[in-house]
Amino acid sequence: MKSALRDAVLSALVALRPVPVAIAVAAVFVGRLLLLAWRGRSRAAARHANRAFAERLTQAGKYVAPLLLIVALAVPLSGDRYYLHLGILVMTYVMLGWGLNIVVGLAGLLDLGYVAFYAVGAYSYAIISTTYGLGFWTCLPIAGILAAIWGIMLGFPVLRLRGDYLAIVTLAFGEIIRIVITNWVSLTNGPNGISGIPRPTLFGLKFTPAGGPGSFSDFFHLPPSPTWRAVYLYYVILVLALLTNWVTLRLRRLPLGRAWEALREDEVACRSLGINVTVTKLTAFAIGALFGGFAGAFFATRQAFVSPESFTFIESAIVLSIVVLGGLGSQLGVALAALVMIGGFEVFRALADYRMLVFGAALVLIMVLRPRGLVAGRTPTVALGRKREISAELVAQGRG
Amino acid sequence: MADELLEVTDLTMRFGGLRAVDALSFVARRGEITAVIGPNGAGKTTVFNCITGFYRPTGGGVLLTHADGARFALQRLPGHRIARRARVARTFQNIRLFAGMTVLENLLVAQHNTLMAATGFGILAVLGLSRYPVAERQAIERAREWLDAIGLTERADDPAGALPYGAQRRLEIARAMCIDPVLLCLDEPAAGLNPRESDELNRLLLRIRADGCSILLIEHDMGVVMRISDHIIVLDHGRKISDGTPEQVRADPHVIAAYLGEGDEDEVPAEEVVA
Amino acid sequence: MAYALQQLINGVTLGMIYGLIAVGYTMVYGIIGMINFAHGDIFMVGAFLSMISLLGLAAFGITSVPLALALTLIFAAAIASLYGWTVERLAYRPLRGSFRLAPLISAIGMSIVLQTFVQVSQGARVKPMEALLPGGVQLMDQGGFAVQLSWMQVAIVITTLVVLAVFTWLVTRTSLGRSMRACEQDLKMAGLLGIDTDRTISLTFVIGAALAAVAGLMFLLYYGVIDFYIGFVAGVKAFTAAVLGGIGSLPGAVIGGLLIGLIEVFWSAYFSVQYKDVAAFSILVIVLIFMPTGILGRADVEKV
Repeated sequence: MKSALRDAVLSALVALRPVPVAIAVAAVFVGRLLLLAWRGRSRAAARHANRAFAERLTQAGKYVAPLLLIVALAVPLSGDRYYLHLGILVMTYVMLGWGLNIVVGLAGLLDLGYVAFYAVGAYSYAIISTTYGLGFWTCLPIAGILAAIWGIMLGFPVLRLRGDYLAIVTLAFGEIIRIVITNWVSLTNGPNGISGIPRPTLFGLKFTPAGGPGSFSDFFHLPPSPTWRAVYLYYVILVLALLTNWVTLRLRRLPLGRAWEALREDEVACRSLGINVTVTKLTAFAIGALFGGFAGAFFATRQAFVSPESFTFIESAIVLSIVVLGGLGSQLGVALAALVMIGGFEVFRALADYRMLVFGAALVLIMVLRPRGLVAGRTPTVALGRKREISAELVAQGRG
Repeated sequence: MADELLEVTDLTMRFGGLRAVDALSFVARRGEITAVIGPNGAGKTTVFNCITGFYRPTGGGVLLTHADGARFALQRLPGHRIARRARVARTFQNIRLFAGMTVLENLLVAQHNTLMAATGFGILAVLGLSRYPVAERQAIERAREWLDAIGLTERADDPAGALPYGAQRRLEIARAMCIDPVLLCLDEPAAGLNPRESDELNRLLLRIRADGCSILLIEHDMGVVMRISDHIIVLDHGRKISDGTPEQVRADPHVIAAYLGEGDEDEVPAEEVVA
Repeated sequence: MAYALQQLINGVTLGMIYGLIAVGYTMVYGIIGMINFAHGDIFMVGAFLSMISLLGLAAFGITSVPLALALTLIFAAAIASLYGWTVERLAYRPLRGSFRLAPLISAIGMSIVLQTFVQVSQGARVKPMEALLPGGVQLMDQGGFAVQLSWMQVAIVITTLVVLAVFTWLVTRTSLGRSMRACEQDLKMAGLLGIDTDRTISLTFVIGAALAAVAGLMFLLYYGVIDFYIGFVAGVKAFTAAVLGGIGSLPGAVIGGLLIGLIEVFWSAYFSVQYKDVAAFSILVIVLIFMPTGILGRADVEKV
């Protein structure tokens, strides 16, 4: 009580308006209560409960993952464009989360500038398609490869750095990219952005809302509707996201993925076993960047417009939060976290300006309650007998 | 048989004003267990770090010769090349296992380079188009042999971090052996082991030697050292004070003086050691 | 020559502000090894507090500028300290000894909260304020270019130096400073030796926040405009400064701050204003490539 009061007084001092003060007081008060309630349980009991919860969730994962996939495939059946757009948004973040998970979750390298790769992908597609008139599917690999090259260029000088030095340099690179695209007007059209970016086609069929010759609805004799495009975009991002997931899961079972995880566990030991640490880190960076670039190209084609505003640090922060909240390295966790965070963010639309306030407070609260994320623990990649989940306490988070 | 495997010449390592290793020269012969002993702070681990590429020595050289005549100047190779090309493996004083990975995974990571070569730059293996599955089966087979050798087959699927201390020590040795080394450097492998575990360790090391891998050993446990070493080098304050068979070393007055701490003319004042 | 001298003056002034913020980053990092992402926002809150205080004092009829500045300094530092303390208590302390990334995300969350809080309570528009200390002294005149040293710059540099002197005394000469340095060396051991580590960490946040608030006041005086977003930009640059100087090193933070300030000002003056931040970040990357632990950072020797 006393501290809530104290917090309230100091909140009031900075605010000149009464309503936000009241809300802030309430938020702090509720936060305190939750914190006290959480502290009330004995630490050991809490840890035990946490582990039990994690185990249950992992077991449930066997059923949750296919279920989620079915729901994801079925979203377009609703025919509601609001849900489709929300689905596209969530899927984009799922894909970004899975991409960053390679770098942060598997290789244990803290990247605070993931948005740079997203931006490179988006602008590559925007510039190439509007300049040379190439379509989405031609540009997609180019955008991904350009982002990967950027990842290698970024990685090469900085991967010698450890821990938070790496973090700040990646953050700096993210900012550099944003400043360059804001100011290189002749190439990027500066703050005004690039508009008129071509939409994706399905084997040459266009998705024009009004139908007409050469359009998807015309070819299949369907009533022209803007929904078709939303459905198509939704499936495109779903496929891209699933591709990311599939490649990650494959790589985890290959020496490269195992080396990433070993790197996260102990870099010195890796070196003593003859693993080229720099090259291994670079591949993680490059592959993470590749998928970031794909997602960026998709973002550009979905919006038909890109501008520097979409690529601020907060995007990197959101994607990183999704990865950490999901549980480092857990594919299912990342998908769930993206759903909860991006979906939750939509649910609170009514809060308008206060939405970010709730979002920030939620980040703090979730971390305090579940510092290891939703799905903690690690599944071994290979086993002589039965694969048993490894408790999160043993798994390192990397120093890079 | 007993030709020269590792030649250390005038090896010097300085940290600021402190000479941790001072013009050290010694030879380790193929097929032998060579032990490096000395009081705490004598510079033993520093020598190891110079040999395995974790430190770049201030001066001097470390030359490794394979049985086929290939020579490697270890002081110039980066750490991962020393393990991969020169095939020198090591363990650490504070065990460094991949704690969150299973015992089996630890042994597979050690075979990274062999396995990587089978994946066709990774891309083919992702698509399932390489001979990787065969290579992985062989790697698992090899891991299983080592698991049998160290008695951990039952625990193959447990996380390495959950093993008892002695088992972790053995696993670290097995992991190092999985890179197929010609020289295995062990940094205090018997530290913290009980007598029974020490005996097991002795047997394991003798077996490794019998299989053709030479061993360089730092150890405090004289029971282990005297029983299994073919050749002992004694360091004190970064210098070699004795070199020979266990019997010779045991009888050397310098060694006795160093261990009992009397009559040592070049004793470094305490301040200098702290610096 | 005259032009360069003018830039030097401007750069040092700006660098002082960055240095003050950077000290907060580096202190927290030194003790608990985390990037306090909300620190830049504490600085921003400090700037707003300063503005509110100055307006309030003016309303009460306190027109003596030195008095108003002194009162504002104390007010902003005190309230910002409470903010710093609260942030640590709510978002970081529950995560003490937890996994490495949890406090980072929590800090990002806290940063979003503070930023949005100021945005919704004060509005998103830029807040202008008239110059409090107009005028200055003309140092030299060369070919029609007059080198100005404004009173504001003098005030900023002097205040910063005084604050840093007090701070240095606090860290090197008091028992609190001793506890802080002990915690920095080894938190667990310090706790075993009877140092109240929680209290020491809290105080570290409080001191860092107070310094950031002073920087906020300086920023407000120097630029005359603030908005809710200044915390992020200045925070990133101050953190860059801390890393550049060698994170964990207090003199390093000030040196790093000065360097970043100078780079920014000189780059803007001689090359292009738009790319000044790119220049600062590029220098950071280059320095880190050759000195991986910054200019005054301790070498990170891996014990094997």
